[in-house]
Amino acid sequence: MKLLKLVPDHTNIHFLRWRVPFYVMSFLLMAASIGLIATKGLNLGVDFVGGQVIRVTFAEGTEAPVGPLRTEIEKLGYGEPIIQRFGKANEISIRMKLPEGADKNPKLSDAMAGKITSDIRSHHSDARIDGVDSVSGKVSGELGHSAMLALGLAALAVAAYIWIRFEWQFGVGALFSLVHDVTLTLGMFALTQMEFDLNIVAALLTLIGYSLNDTIVVYDRIRENMKKYRKMPMPELLDLSVNETLARTIVTSLSMLITLVALLLMGPDVIFGFTSAIVLGIFVGTYSSIYMAAPILIWLGVNSESFVKTESEIDRQERLARERGARP
Amino acid sequence: MLEFTTWKKAWYWALTLFFCACALPSLVALTPNVRWPSALPDHKINLGLDLAGGSRLLLEANRDQVTQQRLEAMEESVRTRLGQAQPTIAIGDVSSSGGKLAFTVRDASQVDAAREAILPLTSGAGLSGQRDWDITVEDGNRFVLVPTQAGIDLAISSAMETAVEVVRKRIDALGTKEPDIRRLGGTRIDVQVPGLQDPQALKNLLGQTAKLEFKMVDETAVPSELAKGAIPPGDEIVPWADPKDAAAQGVPVLAVKRLGGIKGDELTDAKQQFEQKTNAAVVSITFNQQGGEKFAKLTTDNVGKRFAIILDGKVLSAPSIREPILGGGAQISGSFTVQSATQLAIALRSGALPVDLTVVEERTVGPDLGADSIQKGIVAMAVGTGLLMIFILVTYGRFGVYANVALVVNVLMILGVMGLAGTTLTLPGIAGFVLTIGAAVDANVLINERIREERHRGRRVVQAVELGYKEASRAIFDANLTNVIAAVLMAAFGTGPVRGFAIVLLIGIATSVFTAVTMTRMWVAGWLRKARPADLNL
Repeated sequence: MKLLKLVPDHTNIHFLRWRVPFYVMSFLLMAASIGLIATKGLNLGVDFVGGQVIRVTFAEGTEAPVGPLRTEIEKLGYGEPIIQRFGKANEISIRMKLPEGADKNPKLSDAMAGKITSDIRSHHSDARIDGVDSVSGKVSGELGHSAMLALGLAALAVAAYIWIRFEWQFGVGALFSLVHDVTLTLGMFALTQMEFDLNIVAALLTLIGYSLNDTIVVYDRIRENMKKYRKMPMPELLDLSVNETLARTIVTSLSMLITLVALLLMGPDVIFGFTSAIVLGIFVGTYSSIYMAAPILIWLGVNSESFVKTESEIDRQERLARERGARP
Repeated sequence: MLEFTTWKKAWYWALTLFFCACALPSLVALTPNVRWPSALPDHKINLGLDLAGGSRLLLEANRDQVTQQRLEAMEESVRTRLGQAQPTIAIGDVSSSGGKLAFTVRDASQVDAAREAILPLTSGAGLSGQRDWDITVEDGNRFVLVPTQAGIDLAISSAMETAVEVVRKRIDALGTKEPDIRRLGGTRIDVQVPGLQDPQALKNLLGQTAKLEFKMVDETAVPSELAKGAIPPGDEIVPWADPKDAAAQGVPVLAVKRLGGIKGDELTDAKQQFEQKTNAAVVSITFNQQGGEKFAKLTTDNVGKRFAIILDGKVLSAPSIREPILGGGAQISGSFTVQSATQLAIALRSGALPVDLTVVEERTVGPDLGADSIQKGIVAMAVGTGLLMIFILVTYGRFGVYANVALVVNVLMILGVMGLAGTTLTLPGIAGFVLTIGAAVDANVLINERIREERHRGRRVVQAVELGYKEASRAIFDANLTNVIAAVLMAAFGTGPVRGFAIVLLIGIATSVFTAVTMTRMWVAGWLRKARPADLNL
């Protein structure tokens, strides 16, 4: 059987030749992402800001009557609803701020949910209420806080581990590409204004895990080649390492994409945002381990001395013996 | 690297088969129309509410309330204790506000006796040898009792334990199946009820503290004074539960004697019934031995007077005691509907909550949405995995077959371990699953690409395979260990979804390294030994 070969055997692409333009581009994208997050902000779900979400599905094949719903709900006097479609045209979520004083008296938010759902049911006979979430302001703050803490600690610990296993420059490089990936993904969420909830945090964790995996594979090859080719200049050595692992990078990324695209196209609508975040992360993660994690090593001053083992006594005597033998 | 003793092989296979077999109950549970034989053990994966549908409530207890209740209880104990002392120790100027209890012993010569008497009311708290109250004496004869932090923590902890029990009893009384009730952090209770669609009844039931008290009405209180907000000494004012009663009385509150009443917590039963004359819904309660005696004494001592039936700080009714009630039972009337009377009966039967609980987070997922999600999710996963396996097969041929078998075994083993541990699978858990599968496939890709590379460098078959596994293992080890580090931290510090993700990831890393590296190596070694190929189609 003839096997599929996506990448020819001995590629020699000069990836690193473009490192400066790519770095410039990445920094611009990161700046743009931060700018977007600062100006437009993330469309934070009730998990993080508190409030109430009512999910409604209308009859299959119809389009959810977003306009009429908005006016109907506004008439109830609880303020303006944020109505969003997720997945299909007939599925929407309605987001409301919790009424004043609901933190002390949860009956107020119950009453609001009751009024809104019965109002929807009376106007739209085909509406199916799929769920109601209420999160008080107090809890939502803690949810966000603990998620950030877990994320931050995990990233730092991982960088420390890589520092121990490799060199400090590698730890910094891995941490930097993590920051890069997360920033760009958050920027994407700010741009598209897709809802950012706790499940998306899980998606971020997945892409961090994937991107780290990718970075470590490239780093491992760099470390190996640095021991093997002591005289090779860094840019060339990095290129070699990236090329040698290129087949693996492509096959693995494609494998992930195949599974995820199936999940994206055929999977449940509730995880659409979640899956798209991971798909985006695969691209960003692969890119960053080649163009962010590798070149930064040059600038951080990694050189072939970094992995030289100190010579043991036996090795030294053998070497001297060899040198003596080589001399006439 | 390619040597496997028979014992080792047998051990690996046993391990694999065992965990795969553990996945069976979970798989059967997901397949419609097939039932798992009840004779066999059925440790299976629980589906989270986001997948299965149901309601989740996060309840929070009021910390300050626990402290205040403890102060009031201490006040009662101190009063009884000093009142019963021989000779009686008279106290005055009692205050239980500002987070401490203070009182003055009228006769300064009794200070030491008072201290002796109170000391047994405190006890050790925690391991540090700290007591639960600090007792100090100011100005010679003024006692100040301050609850220590350890004491407060202990009180809250025990209140929460009782609260969890009460919540469990109440939910069981509703007849819902398999509720998951657990304490979360210091003052919270997480309640998950799969399949429950309308949590309103549940919230009404849990929102009711069900603290029942019987206190004597202070008939000397002047209604006009009460309306102005003046509280007669030794009294407390309690609002009427029903505005109609308040209107009939002319004042929205009733003055009752603060001390000397009894609590309605010593019950053996509470039922919803109908009053014979008016056919109104009432709750009839049956006291236990002790409660019955106290109630009998209260009603005997106060014939002709009115007593207030107070529920959660509101007066339900204030009937006159016509004759001593000695039967050990009572009927509580108020403006009940059949439903609210039933709820109160359940609440009273399960005991009062030691502290008020507030719903701080609530989530409901409809069953259609849940079922729909699972079905679509399974189909999408199956299609995705199928395509992935075809891709791996056409890329690596025979080695791809090994990788694919390892992948299937890996999925089964993850399900098996999760089933054994009774883990809950949620949406973020599925994300962890996806990442694990990715990492497992990547391990095989790394190994196979490395074997290819070594062959290109001109190494012989066996050597290439050996080196492939050896060199790739280093990267696989580092990559997986970083993920373990991250996952452990996420499981320790994260909540809800973050933790759900991390736990699946941890299980998945363990099984995937085993299947993708160890098992495939064993299979490849077996094939090399048997077929002795001169070249590899890779």
